[in-house]
Amino acid sequence: MFKLEARQEPSRFWVYGAPVLALLLTVLVGIALFIALGKNPLRGLEMFFWQPIKSTYALGELAVKATPLLLIALGLSVCFRSNVMNIGAEGQYVIGAVFASGVALLAEKTTGSWIVLPILLAGIAGGMAWATVTAVLRDFFNANEILVSLMLVYVALQILGFLVGGPWMDPGGFNFPQTKTFEAGTHIPKLIAGSRMTIGVLLALVGSAVLWVFLFRTRAGFALQVGGIAPAAARYAGFSSRQALWIALMISGGSAGLAGALEVAGPIGQLSGFLPAGYGFAAIIVVYVGRLHPIGMVFSALLMSMFYIGGEMAQSRLGLTKSLTGVFQGLLLFSLLACDTLVNYSVKYKRAA
Amino acid sequence: MDSYALLLAATLNAGTVLALASLGLLINEKVGIVNLGAEGMMLCAAIAGFATGVHTGSDLMGFSVGILVGAALAAIFGVLVIWLNTNQFATGLALSLFGTGLSAFVGTAYVQEKLVDRGSYAIPFLADIPWLGVALFRQHPLVYGAMLLTAGIVWFMYRTRAGLVMRSVGESPESAHALGYPVRMIRLAAVVTGGALCGLAGAYISLVYTPLWAEGMVAGKGWIALALTTFATWRPGRVLLGAYLFGGVTMLQLHLQALGVQIPSQLLNSLPYVATVVVLAVISRNPQWIRINMPASIGKPFYPGS
Repeated sequence: MFKLEARQEPSRFWVYGAPVLALLLTVLVGIALFIALGKNPLRGLEMFFWQPIKSTYALGELAVKATPLLLIALGLSVCFRSNVMNIGAEGQYVIGAVFASGVALLAEKTTGSWIVLPILLAGIAGGMAWATVTAVLRDFFNANEILVSLMLVYVALQILGFLVGGPWMDPGGFNFPQTKTFEAGTHIPKLIAGSRMTIGVLLALVGSAVLWVFLFRTRAGFALQVGGIAPAAARYAGFSSRQALWIALMISGGSAGLAGALEVAGPIGQLSGFLPAGYGFAAIIVVYVGRLHPIGMVFSALLMSMFYIGGEMAQSRLGLTKSLTGVFQGLLLFSLLACDTLVNYSVKYKRAA
Repeated sequence: MDSYALLLAATLNAGTVLALASLGLLINEKVGIVNLGAEGMMLCAAIAGFATGVHTGSDLMGFSVGILVGAALAAIFGVLVIWLNTNQFATGLALSLFGTGLSAFVGTAYVQEKLVDRGSYAIPFLADIPWLGVALFRQHPLVYGAMLLTAGIVWFMYRTRAGLVMRSVGESPESAHALGYPVRMIRLAAVVTGGALCGLAGAYISLVYTPLWAEGMVAGKGWIALALTTFATWRPGRVLLGAYLFGGVTMLQLHLQALGVQIPSQLLNSLPYVATVVVLAVISRNPQWIRINMPASIGKPFYPGS
């Protein structure tokens, strides 16, 4: 009989080893899946792990997709650290994009690029507004934030569908559910000419650094985490768990909203019914795989971005469907959670008594 | 008048999906386990049931495979949270994300497929009663099955010894363990049963409720079913009533459209989600009320000897 024995203290080796082992397990399942589907597994792995990094252009695309993932994940990690289970980042992302588009659509041909700032601020405000609904219901009504935030994702998708199929629909767009293309002034400045990377990449990296300072070098960040882990201890120390709830939800709503704004005014350039790509959900995986750590999440966001690009590659090159991405993302989180057991427990073999 | 009979019939139909899933989740939560993977299990069961229905032409086979898939996924979840002590919420979430991806992946081949026409379900004689016949007696057998199941669960949980043991595991796994009950096996059995019921609900969606496959077709019903257990303060009878109530909200949309009310469809589509949020807020307003009714060990891991 195998038996788990609680370790005296968490294993430092497995804190870093578990994500690697989880990725390995996911790859193994992936290889099995490719063989089962009659595809060359090497070609399959190439789509996911080589194509996304093989050229500077590919690396740019990797960064483009990692940016919203990282931004959303940074905010979510604050939530999870303070034990606020906000899983509705997808909705906050969509409403952020909607608010940002509201401003972007006001721009005229002659509008200068000063409008980028109001667009980004509107995105942040939108995400925060949507997170406020969850915060209010949690704070004043004691409603479960998991279910509320998730339900609000569906409502946000309906709002998006209404706007792009109704009042905001491009009259010359052949009835496609999308707005007109935003004017040139609204475009988020590019990082490098010719690439699709915008300053959003920088914002996400700066965000990661700022979060590190906030969490580990400020009193507010410390109070927030204590409020999540031990509400009673936090109360005793004079930290407010209500305050932690609001701070966490505003940070995550704001960062998801910012990600939405950067997306519509960046690589996409219009508000479209096809905007939601599940970044809000994938970001949850980014948070866990990145160990809720600001630096760890940079790497896990890149990994998750590889999964996105790999899925698209597998669709165009191997004739598989890109929903493969979701399968691998889910598998990765699953195996990570299982491997995480090794951090706190050691496996001992005992003969059945 | 007849439109109201149809509305009632449609309400029962929609409510059955939620009732089956929510009863399963209730069984989970009664032993202290919250499975946020309901949505994922239902989606996988929906595609598995639908694919089986397409290939075999048999609903019964479709339902059986749906149940098996739900139970199997729940078993994986159960082993992870009960034996490996993983976080219930994160693991459930992983199951939902994985199930959404897997069902979309497998389902791509079935988007255009159709099931053979199964005709209508009507109980002889009763179905011919004016109004009532249309409203109540032309339903799929599982609609009545869900009602019977509710009664069965009430009987089991509150009238049998096994039911008492099950509830005691949810209230205090430590005491149940001290008394010599195999707490972890009981928890696993409840989790697998819950998964099987979620699987049945998922297969009902793709085989009966909207007989086709579309990506993400469960559309949050798994999450609504989770909310229903809180709404029902963990009482099976109230779960059934709540399910019909939410089924009614879903169906109101068709009714309003039939009446010619001019409202954007997106507003109507969001009704069930908004209703869930509102109801959750109203019910949860009194924390004491929730705490009294909630199984005490909900969401907490139990590892004997730790």
